[in-house]
Amino acid sequence: MSEHEYQPKSKVGKWFNDRLPLLSLASHLTDYPTPKNLNYWWTFGGILTFCLVTQIITGIVLAMHYVAHADLAFSSVEHIMRDVNYGWLIRYIHSNGASMFFLAVYIHIFRSLFYGSYKSPREVIWIIGILIYLLMMAAAFMGYVLPWGQMSFWGATVITNLFSAIPLVGESITTWLWGAYSVDNPTLNRFFSLHYLIPFLILGLVVLHIWALHVPGNNNPVGIDIKKPSKDTVPFHPYITIKDLFALLMFMIIFSGFVFFAPNVLGHSDNYIPANPMVTPAHIVPEWYLLPFYAILRSVPDKLGGVILMFSAIFILLILPWLDTSKVRSSVFRPIYRQFFWILVIDVLLLGYMGAMPAEGIYLLLTRVGTIYYFLHFLVVLPVVGYLEKTDPLPVSISDPIMTGGANISLAKKNDKSI
Amino acid sequence: MPEKKEKTTRRDFLYTASFTVGAVGLGATIWPFIDQMNPDKSVQALATTEVDISNIEPGKSITVLWRGKPVFLKRRTQDEIAEARAVSLEELKDPQKDEDRVKDGKDEWLVMLGVCTHLGCVPLADKGDYKGWFCPCHGSHYDVSGRIRKGPAPVNMEIPKYEFVDNNTIKIG
Repeated sequence: MSEHEYQPKSKVGKWFNDRLPLLSLASHLTDYPTPKNLNYWWTFGGILTFCLVTQIITGIVLAMHYVAHADLAFSSVEHIMRDVNYGWLIRYIHSNGASMFFLAVYIHIFRSLFYGSYKSPREVIWIIGILIYLLMMAAAFMGYVLPWGQMSFWGATVITNLFSAIPLVGESITTWLWGAYSVDNPTLNRFFSLHYLIPFLILGLVVLHIWALHVPGNNNPVGIDIKKPSKDTVPFHPYITIKDLFALLMFMIIFSGFVFFAPNVLGHSDNYIPANPMVTPAHIVPEWYLLPFYAILRSVPDKLGGVILMFSAIFILLILPWLDTSKVRSSVFRPIYRQFFWILVIDVLLLGYMGAMPAEGIYLLLTRVGTIYYFLHFLVVLPVVGYLEKTDPLPVSISDPIMTGGANISLAKKNDKSI
Repeated sequence: MPEKKEKTTRRDFLYTASFTVGAVGLGATIWPFIDQMNPDKSVQALATTEVDISNIEPGKSITVLWRGKPVFLKRRTQDEIAEARAVSLEELKDPQKDEDRVKDGKDEWLVMLGVCTHLGCVPLADKGDYKGWFCPCHGSHYDVSGRIRKGPAPVNMEIPKYEFVDNNTIKIG
């Protein structure tokens, strides 16, 4: 943080700031120099913060009315929907909020992939981000169990059984997770406790994520290092705050569209049937945001192998900064990688679609192809393309190619189009 | 021991001793917080179930709940038993004789956990390629003995501990 010289104007402010420099922090956040060429893909950090706060507030309210007991959970959710004042609204915001949270986080992650935001010196920001994403999945999964419908129960059964694939201790671990010999009341109770805890862990990691971001500063669409502060930067407030706010309002229109016009379209109707340990629904599917990983799990005809591959698909992201050998960050200057990036996007979407389809015939074949490609992208394409690719020349600064022209005139045009 | 570079001092001893005691103490403190998540006394107390089987016709089966899990009790026909025993062990993914999955002299009764050994779904009866059970979740096929034949499940469906209290009653657990 560079604002060591900041001094509050009032005497009281100075007295307080000398003892706890909150005002210095506020000043740092306000003046924080931000690249002036950030596009709308950079507004999702703010949108995600909004999503987290929304989930925490609606969640705390729901917990005031919800009962975490196997006999009462389903009815208490219906009680929230029918009896509690605005209960339907708050629950629909919370359930659709989870989907909106994941929508935003996927855009945020793919933004990083496209513009190389995970590369040096921002590896720690990226790793903390992946940890946040992991916690989000845990929180979403446990939250989905709480209504104690059929999908809740059987989703919990399938996911906790993943751990039974571990050799020797697998069975003991699943029994320990359940607190019973199957998913039952003790399971529901602890999932509720952890579901309440995790958002605050995420909040803590978000603080570290932003802190780590403020050390090197934002990456930008051109992906080059910039001097801060300089003619290439603008203060965070009001320039970025107002842009983030505008994007947030657009996002909230989509969010509200789901909440008010299609609140159940992203869920599964079977979850409005109370949990029944005797009958498994014909098609168990997780929520849409977990489908690509579910597809990878099902693509392997071996229990342990499937589980290992599924977890690898997530954990491989942790070492991404070291798998990508290219020094150039932004795909704008990487003609080959740029194409592979879009293939990866299509591949993940394909896997997501396959995860919702039955695991047989042509679907299974395509899922296997998609799974193999997913790992090829990270383990082969990224390292090899980084070495072989001839990248386009980088501009000297964000402002230079546009303002000086001359030898860089063609570059300037290229930038104009892609920024 | 390699060459002694320095004499072990009283301080080294105190470091090692206090670290050891601290580690043991920490472990002993953490354990109750881990073990509290294991099945408690009230859950363990429900560990047996008695089932009346007098009304089950040959070829039919019933499902009962034991420890929160479904248990299939199937009274198999002679044809089904013959079919299960005709399979050679080399064809099986988890080789086990049908004789080892039932009680001696009670060949027609198959008592097993109705839980797919893949990820815990309840398989559907009289479905699948082997006329036994089929798990709709991830496509595992079981035969009339509940043995895994095709699909991602690693082993046969589990046989719980059970006994015949008399000719009409089975005690599971």
